[in-house]
Amino acid sequence: MVTLISIELYKIFRKWRSYIGFIAITLLILLVETAMYFEGQGFLNAQLRGLDAFVFSGNLLNGYLIAYFVMGALVIHIPFLITLVAGDLLAGEATAGTYRMLITRPISRFKLVTAKFLSGLIYTLLLIVWLAALSLGLGLFLFGSGELIVFQNSFIIFAKDDIIWRFILAYGFATLSMSVVASLAFLFSSLVENAIGPIITTMAIVIVFVILSTINIDFFRDLRPYLFTTYMMDWRLFFDSPLDTGEIAKAVLFLSAHITGLYLLTFYLFKRKDVLS
Amino acid sequence: MENEKIIEIKGLSKKFKSLTAVDNLNLNVLKGDVFGFLGPNGAGKSTTIRMMLTLIKPNSGSIKLFGESLNGNRNKLLGKIGAIVEKPDLYGYLSAYKNLEILGKISGCDVSQKRIMEILELVGLSARAKSKVKTFSHGMKQRLGIAQALLHDPELIILDEPTTGLDPQGMKEIRELILNLSREKKKTIFLSSHILHEVELVANRMIIINKGKTVIEGYVDELLKSSTIKVTVEVDNGEKMRSLITGSGWGDKLESSGEQKFVFLIDKNEIPLLVKYLVDCGVNLQAVIPQRSLEEYFLNITEKN
Repeated sequence: MVTLISIELYKIFRKWRSYIGFIAITLLILLVETAMYFEGQGFLNAQLRGLDAFVFSGNLLNGYLIAYFVMGALVIHIPFLITLVAGDLLAGEATAGTYRMLITRPISRFKLVTAKFLSGLIYTLLLIVWLAALSLGLGLFLFGSGELIVFQNSFIIFAKDDIIWRFILAYGFATLSMSVVASLAFLFSSLVENAIGPIITTMAIVIVFVILSTINIDFFRDLRPYLFTTYMMDWRLFFDSPLDTGEIAKAVLFLSAHITGLYLLTFYLFKRKDVLS
Repeated sequence: MENEKIIEIKGLSKKFKSLTAVDNLNLNVLKGDVFGFLGPNGAGKSTTIRMMLTLIKPNSGSIKLFGESLNGNRNKLLGKIGAIVEKPDLYGYLSAYKNLEILGKISGCDVSQKRIMEILELVGLSARAKSKVKTFSHGMKQRLGIAQALLHDPELIILDEPTTGLDPQGMKEIRELILNLSREKKKTIFLSSHILHEVELVANRMIIINKGKTVIEGYVDELLKSSTIKVTVEVDNGEKMRSLITGSGWGDKLESSGEQKFVFLIDKNEIPLLVKYLVDCGVNLQAVIPQRSLEEYFLNITEKN
């Protein structure tokens, strides 16, 4: 299995499309951090407006704040970058005609589909790790460290030594939520013989679900807990005090169940699939 | 064991919605055979091969390879088979060497540099080992396809239309390779084709299928020994030729004629007689080209039946 996964990863990283996500994230982070470098204080002042009664000291415009802001701004868009690769994992083989070559090898379809699925998840993880390393690393380099002030339901200030673990868990959670998107694209990838279909379909589903999540009508509000997109921004729960462990556990279970279910469905369909390409 | 069955197919059928692609097909391939699997386009050849390689599932029937059922022994049996199914599509963004290395690793076979270069040498691609496959011509891709089929030294080689799109030289090279694999390496070869002539040159046994059903099966020599073929005769004096054959029995066997080209539909054994008759009559022959098309052979058989 390790050999198969390493082969799949090799194939992924020999394709130009696999680097689009990394390049896009790099460019966006560079732009955001440059803008923050010049306009960050104004942004921070705007956020703190109405809190004139408080006296803030220390370096509030720091790398942690920048990384928190970058994550909030980018996480919702990363699914589109992930589908470029995940949607191509199986459909790409069909398009290239290499399905035939792969499936006639003496390995089971289970191993083949599992290796591809895990490679897709590893790619997702690497994309988030890149996002984390770049936004935190560059942020801390340019803006230094300090306390993290977050603006959610209320203002919360985290001490310097109480921040890193929150980021690690938040990035871990983001990886989980992005893995649902990767799994969905992977499922669609097993159904068709061209990667464009899975990419567009997955993106359409994410967009529709996000829109449904924001419409304030009772019917859609009732629907919200069942949409995986509802939980995509729950990485913010790790920047709450005290932690709402119940909500976190619920989100983790819901997303994990989605990933498992989508993988099993893909395997079931792939095992029964007649390869006609 | 000479009569060991390498492929044993019984009552194999496959339907795609209302289309029956393969209909109750039976065939046996013996160890050491170069077995021709013939049929016109759409006859069900590729569907049968895909079922033999577990790419698609049959609706009914059984497939035994090396005496064991394909069901439940898939991985073990596929390890003994090398195949090209239709086009030899490989990873265009990788080199020939890397393609073989990857496919070898997946097959769990020896992927040492020596082995890969040996196989590339065999198919005449060692000089292009490091070139990306997307830069290859169709013929080179076809040869690389054969290389990947041979990489793990399989006992049975399944080649689905391996000469499609090749120039005459490329076709000849593939034929020589097949004969070499059969005679020198003692491999069993299952060769699918829609060109009867191609099979005739390399196979010892063959089956012809049409609309998924067996039309005829047997030893190539026996099946083709007295069949009608098309012979094109080119002469320098068309008028003389026309007058000669009109007054002879050959006129009845003339299928069509041009100014200097005359096409006869005659028995294979009659070719020397026709040539002798024309030479004796003083006709200056420029060419005598025998062509046996699957369609004509097929029609001939169905007429006889």
